[in-house]
Amino acid sequence: MTATPAGTTDYNYTSDELMEVNAARALTDATTCFVGIGLPSTAANLARATVNPGLVLLYESGTIGSKPTRLPLSIGDGELAETADAVVPVPEMFNYWLQGGRIDVGFLGAAQVDRYANINTTVVDRGPDKPEGRLPGAGGAPEIASNCGKVLMVLRHSTRNFVERLDFVTTLGHGGGPGDRKKLGMPGAGPTAVITDLGILRPDPATAELVLTEVHPDVTVERVRAATGWELTVADTVGTTEPPTPQELAALRALKAAGKPGKETR
Amino acid sequence: MADIRSLRDAVADLVHDGDTVAMEGFTHLIPYAAAHEVIRQGITDLTLARMTPDVIYDQLIGAGLVRKLVFSWGGNPGVGSLHRFRDAVENGWPRPLELDEHSHAGMANRYVAGASKLPFAVLRGYRGSDIPTRTDTVSTVVCPFTGEELAAVAALNPDVTVIHAQQADRAGNVQMWGLTGVQKEAALAADRVLVTVEEIVEELTPRPGGIVLPTWVIDAVSVVPGGAHPSYATGYSTRDNDFYQAWDPIARDREAFLTWIEDNVRNSDVRDSNVRNSEGALTR
Repeated sequence: MTATPAGTTDYNYTSDELMEVNAARALTDATTCFVGIGLPSTAANLARATVNPGLVLLYESGTIGSKPTRLPLSIGDGELAETADAVVPVPEMFNYWLQGGRIDVGFLGAAQVDRYANINTTVVDRGPDKPEGRLPGAGGAPEIASNCGKVLMVLRHSTRNFVERLDFVTTLGHGGGPGDRKKLGMPGAGPTAVITDLGILRPDPATAELVLTEVHPDVTVERVRAATGWELTVADTVGTTEPPTPQELAALRALKAAGKPGKETR
Repeated sequence: MADIRSLRDAVADLVHDGDTVAMEGFTHLIPYAAAHEVIRQGITDLTLARMTPDVIYDQLIGAGLVRKLVFSWGGNPGVGSLHRFRDAVENGWPRPLELDEHSHAGMANRYVAGASKLPFAVLRGYRGSDIPTRTDTVSTVVCPFTGEELAAVAALNPDVTVIHAQQADRAGNVQMWGLTGVQKEAALAADRVLVTVEEIVEELTPRPGGIVLPTWVIDAVSVVPGGAHPSYATGYSTRDNDFYQAWDPIARDREAFLTWIEDNVRNSDVRDSNVRNSEGALTR
């Protein structure tokens, strides 16, 4: 990964690292986190290594309290099971633990997100005469977003991802405004922050629409606007996130460097 | 009672053209060798069910054996897209693929209903999602006690479930441990069950969290060491992450894919392919 950097500090970091560190910080007060693979998993494991060592990580493969020392390549990575407090069957994970309302935070990625933090991971419209573009599908997200106390999201910021209108709603965020979740009887509070490589967006309590509340160091509001596919609302005062501390950067790089397991051995 | 028999005979006997087949495994214990035997025997017009269709379903779809996929997340875990799956859905190559699409919670509950021999399961799911527009196996029911509207998902009862496990004893009782996913439910939901195992032992050792499927719920057990590769079997092998990454460029290209299937599946027998696979080799 090339360093697009950054910094007013005497060390360099990439925009991805800014995103990952800020995503980890968003878990400072969480007790339990249902973790999606990819960026959410990076953030959740970094949180355990930095701001929240006691954070309980749950993966949909059935692991509760996983404590991996490297980033898992998949949600079924063996180390997630070996380091877990408990391993439960998948139906139990979704029915007792998730639907049972026992998980604070759901941490999700997305292919497309709209201004109300609704998510599409199913199909994209590629225009006339072209077949519908196929994405992986829903996975655990619809029920994670419904049943966790709140939802955090992390994804890279571009007009391709942040779209005016979703081609398909896989997972409801705030629907079309305040009250929509409640009308559907969804128990959790829904998305509370979307962390990107440019800054942080949070839903306005009055409209439920995502508002730019913070930019990362050296990122301008204009740049975020240009990377957003709708007319982005910006907070009256836009804050600037703190750059990664040397400790955070070291922890993140150590997790990534810890690498993958060896080849098959008996 | 389970017969202990060769993989070739077990697949020929239990898996038929047109069947609905679940080959489950949540990253762990995925029955690759059995699926390769299905490809070798050319068993076709299959409806494949699985929560997380990954590389092995990509291979079955690309080989033209699959009519329909029942699933909730189709990708190469940690790597990216399933290119054969996408090519079938987007371009109908090598044949069109019909989809019955769910969320993980919905799929898990479909197996639970299937194993329970109930017609459907209920969950608080799919709320606000467009997914129900893409399937006719999700509906709603009203709770007779509280009046709450809940999602109902139709039971999933495969004709055959194929899973991989660590051990069986000589009577055909099977034990698996580690991430056991949704395999128990998928097995109990099915009419016929084939289990491939790493080895036969004299006696199954009790293990915390381990699952025993008694011989009388299984039709056949086949001994296939390394039969989960490139997936893994806790206690026996680790996940071959390199293979999952190497699969991406192979699957992107139709010709490269066909060559790979010819060389590594169609023209190799079980022992051959497992010996080679256990060494992680992609080339001959």
